[in-house]
Amino acid sequence: MMDFKNAAELLSICETNRIPVSEAMKNRERLLTEVTDQELTSRMNRVLEIMKQAVNEPLENPRPSMGGLIGGEARLVNRRRKEGNSLCGSLVSGAIAYAMAVLEVNSSMGLIVAAPTAGSSGVVPGVLLSLKDAHGFSDEELLPPLYNASAIGYLAMRNATVAGAVGGCQAEVGVASAMAASAAVELMGGSPRQCLESASTALMNLLGLVCDPVGGLVEYPCQNRNAIGAANALTAAELALSGVRQLIPFDEMLGAMYSAGRRLPPEYRETALGGCAAAPSACAAAGKCHLHS
Amino acid sequence: MEFISIFDVLGPNMVGPSSSHTAGACSIALMARKMLGEPAARAEFVLYGSFARTYKGHGTDRALLAGVMGCSTDDVRIPRAYELAKEQNLTWRFSCNETETEVHPNTVDIDLTGITGKTVSMRGESVGGGKIRIARINEIDVDFSGECNTLIVVHKDRIGMAAHITSCLSQAEINIAFMRLFRESKGDKAYSIVEFDGKLPEHTKEKILLEQDVEHVMLIQIREG
Repeated sequence: MMDFKNAAELLSICETNRIPVSEAMKNRERLLTEVTDQELTSRMNRVLEIMKQAVNEPLENPRPSMGGLIGGEARLVNRRRKEGNSLCGSLVSGAIAYAMAVLEVNSSMGLIVAAPTAGSSGVVPGVLLSLKDAHGFSDEELLPPLYNASAIGYLAMRNATVAGAVGGCQAEVGVASAMAASAAVELMGGSPRQCLESASTALMNLLGLVCDPVGGLVEYPCQNRNAIGAANALTAAELALSGVRQLIPFDEMLGAMYSAGRRLPPEYRETALGGCAAAPSACAAAGKCHLHS
Repeated sequence: MEFISIFDVLGPNMVGPSSSHTAGACSIALMARKMLGEPAARAEFVLYGSFARTYKGHGTDRALLAGVMGCSTDDVRIPRAYELAKEQNLTWRFSCNETETEVHPNTVDIDLTGITGKTVSMRGESVGGGKIRIARINEIDVDFSGECNTLIVVHKDRIGMAAHITSCLSQAEINIAFMRLFRESKGDKAYSIVEFDGKLPEHTKEKILLEQDVEHVMLIQIREG
């Protein structure tokens, strides 16, 4: 049982002990806290339960967000999927719809699991619950990928940032996408190396993404960004599972993301002063919200 | 470096929309409620910085009010906090201070009056990802997260007080994780903040109070039972 500080150490632990990323993360938690296996399982089951509720609720009963900028989008995407007309196929459109659904719940003061943040909370459940639909995985089979995702998120929190105010959206949805990619790879039988390579790919593809919430609210473009985070995670997982190798290890990718994030002007770090938030239509819509005191 | 748990990454379990503006606000107010040690009858909030500018769009006000009534970040009653407060005869007032800028951007001052007239006043900061820092209690600057079980002892600043507290804790076989003393000036009132592992027996709290220079003891148990 060993602690790890970066992805290289994590990979070495996994390969030496022939264990998946999920197991290494659980071992670390057991080593450093007094938590029992039973407590871990029960807490993670609660996480999964909240994720499932958040994914399903808006598909049946969509509610408008607090700022009124979103509401009902997930149902539209899922309806087209259910009718068999989805352009991307059921797996990808499901991941998109589910990721968007969680953001609707979040923005209407519903219950979600920050993963790693509230603004990026749709990506991990979107990907895993759509994979569950497609392959018939049980709840129990979804627990290891959740531990796996938490290992990737932990590395980002420890060695970079997951705060939009510090590193932009790449730190939130980018990291969420890396977590989901790695989780998907483990769920589909990939190796720890493939998990980390998919995480690196997912983060690479969202590198530089700015945080520019319209009206300062966690609504728009956050919901769309969660959709692309989910689709991007599946793309990255597909590459890794196919054996496509990546030049840049996850540790270096986190460094690149952190460095790019800190160099972002303040306008692009959650201040609602740049990007989408500064577009005339967005300003007009935010003016209508009347939510700023 | 502070330990990052699996559930710091996949968590907090929370009512949206913002970990800092909703969940963090709720946790700060819950901490104030635990310090008060009894249900609140009156709550006054002063919001600073980003809290002051964006509180309505993030439900910060409802999260604060719900926290004062004992709700955790994942309590689905948070959106109904105003109705709940009316039911519980809790009165409240929110005000914004946008002139004071020398504070953390997500800062709130909370003044609570309990049903028997006890009062507590504190300043909390929501430092990101739902994490919080308590920065002031009753006009004395302090610094703790409230993530561990925490004992707050208000006492006269004199020789032997720390020894008294640690001796009571060691007799109860309580392991101290962190201990620090905060004071206004030498010989005046002091706050000893002790973070510890395990559960503190009620009689240990009473024992600490037996010392005449101990004015007040507040116990914040994170994991109840």
